[in-house]
Amino acid sequence: MADTPAPPSPDAPRRVALFVTCVVDFFRPTVGFAAVRLLERAGCQVEVPPTQVCCGQPAYNSGDRADAVAVAKDVVAAFEGFEHIVVPSGSCAAMIRVHYPKLLGDDPVWGPRAHRVASRTHELVSFLTDVCGFESVADVGAAGSVTYHDGCSGLREMGIKQQPRKLLASIPGLELKEMLDAEVCCGFGGTFCVKYPDISGEMARKKAATIAETGADTVLAGDVSCLLNIAGKLSRDGHTVKARHVAEVLAGMTDTPPIGAGSKE
Amino acid sequence: MQPTSAAFKQQSRQAIANPVLQKALQNIRPGFQQKRAKAVAALPEFDALRDQARDLKTHVLAHLDVYLERFEAKVQESGGQVHWARTGAEACDAVLGICQAAGASLVTKGKSMVAEEIGLNSRLEGAGLTVVETDLGEYIIQLRHEMPSHIIAPALHLTKKEIAAAFMQAHVGLPEDRPLDEPRALTDEARAMLREKFLGAQVGITGANLLIAETGSTIIVTNEGNGDLTQNLPGIHIVVTSIDKVVPTLEDASTILRLLARSATGQEFSAYTTLSTGPKRRGDMDGPDEFHVVLVDNGRSSILGGPTQEVLRCIRCGACMNHCPVYAAVGGHAYGWVVPGPIGAALDPGMIGLEEAKHLPHASSFCGRCEEVCPMRIPLPKIMRYWREQTFSRKLDPAMARYGLGAWAWLARRPRLYHWATGMAARTLSLFAGRRRRFKWLPMARGWTSQRDLPAPEGRTFLAQWRAEEKRRARAGAP
Repeated sequence: MADTPAPPSPDAPRRVALFVTCVVDFFRPTVGFAAVRLLERAGCQVEVPPTQVCCGQPAYNSGDRADAVAVAKDVVAAFEGFEHIVVPSGSCAAMIRVHYPKLLGDDPVWGPRAHRVASRTHELVSFLTDVCGFESVADVGAAGSVTYHDGCSGLREMGIKQQPRKLLASIPGLELKEMLDAEVCCGFGGTFCVKYPDISGEMARKKAATIAETGADTVLAGDVSCLLNIAGKLSRDGHTVKARHVAEVLAGMTDTPPIGAGSKE
Repeated sequence: MQPTSAAFKQQSRQAIANPVLQKALQNIRPGFQQKRAKAVAALPEFDALRDQARDLKTHVLAHLDVYLERFEAKVQESGGQVHWARTGAEACDAVLGICQAAGASLVTKGKSMVAEEIGLNSRLEGAGLTVVETDLGEYIIQLRHEMPSHIIAPALHLTKKEIAAAFMQAHVGLPEDRPLDEPRALTDEARAMLREKFLGAQVGITGANLLIAETGSTIIVTNEGNGDLTQNLPGIHIVVTSIDKVVPTLEDASTILRLLARSATGQEFSAYTTLSTGPKRRGDMDGPDEFHVVLVDNGRSSILGGPTQEVLRCIRCGACMNHCPVYAAVGGHAYGWVVPGPIGAALDPGMIGLEEAKHLPHASSFCGRCEEVCPMRIPLPKIMRYWREQTFSRKLDPAMARYGLGAWAWLARRPRLYHWATGMAARTLSLFAGRRRRFKWLPMARGWTSQRDLPAPEGRTFLAQWRAEEKRRARAGAP
């Protein structure tokens, strides 16, 4: 392909495309700006392809393979010119990295293109630590205590576990209080949460309770979709724990009110 | 057994509202998860064994006919008989035929999920036989006229209190003020009740965890010893099992056994691992006079060779359900068939039909914990996704969901229109969210707001803000 980037010189900034995800775009733009700030601090040159929409999980997880394939092709076309594709979501990153090759792999034209995009796609925090060698955000001011929820796809499909904890540990004055069963699903699950609201609600109830039991001020995670579910259940059940995407804390962008909370909360 | 999986939604709602069940389900974490984790951590080669077991079973499934016929020949060689049953009804007929030929009136039975699947008890009871379950969990649910809620712990949905009540009601003639508060008292009482049944039965029925082709042996693993008494004391031993249980050699069985108990209960090995090879031989001290193996297909051969055939690697350890947050929320009965949990969601549509079981593969958040713990490395979410695709292509899902998805996909493929529409929606919602920045109720989102608040969008979308910022920079001539 003609658009294969030339090998960068060691000092040249990494050219990174941000796939902001439809959920961040719609609900939590702050996470997109936090991602840009973190990537720039890690020496990347960030671009935001304007035709990006969604990774296609709603169709893929509902069994609508044809639409999932169509959406996946659009994403591949929009992002294949970049050296790295970075996503502030373990779930959407895993969709591209793990599932696009399965969706498009058999297609003689799209298969190789999907594989190439997949291999260049990373979740934000693991990209910072594992690819950019980013080790510390010590200059970021944060105080109090946080607990970290491991989103399922990030954890099991992308191997994200220690990376966010390592960066959080570099922030002076920030205490990490681990919750029980941090690796257990919060009950979001995409369309699952509205198709089976009772089951999803029960899973979220347990998650919210274990978060509250830590006594932490704020729950963090790497996926806004999980956080919308968690924040919504925390407030519904009367817990006062705040919810934020981990990138907001790492980027020092905590002026924005927490997810689902007014500025005075 | 008659499935009720089509009523999964109502059944799951009732399960969540059932305080006894919810209390019982709390035992899963300490009782299964923590014990498995400890056992796995103590065996460095656990993951290598998983690979080995996966490859072994994949090989067997590719040559199933060969190994089953080899198994049959060996059973016959050792003096036993094999009965091939295409359906559950054929299997029940075979078992009943053996019982009737022997003039049996009392049958003891070890735990067998295949027997539950084919509805064996009701068939035998309908013909006038008395069937007594001897596994403690199965015994309890037999007294309560229930189906198992878990494949290795059939009475998992109960607490001590319900069990004591069932014993009080069933065991007439014992003092009504006897203490049944302790598990020990309950097991002692069941033991005393079952002892006379063991001694009086003419036929003993067990399942099998594994079938060994090279020796014609069947293996059961138990912790109570009930299986041994069931199969050794009566004159006739009938093994009711399914065609997917066969492995080539004893060595292969050992590979799987090393995974089975660790994955199930966190034991290195179960208390009893019993091999049965034919009836009593001349000079043997004990054993049955007749040895029968009923090999049940009941839909498995139609799964074989298809896109979901990896479910046939399952060794019924229960690890997937023990680690499933959906199972932990609703228990086993909600699934409406004998195999619940993630393996049920992957297996049941192929066994009882997708029309009946269509909810099961959808009722998953795809968290992947089941696949993470499965000793046979069955890609459970992948198989559930296959069933979702079948649901969609066969139009078995609700029309509203299909239209909604279609509209979303149409919009998602038109970025300019999508960005305009979502930009409008985000700003509108943000405007209506007020100072609390969340919705307690929202029309069109009742599935969400029935359970939790909906955090409001911040306002302008990221892409809208980014575009504006880029324009501003361009105007200012900044890089």
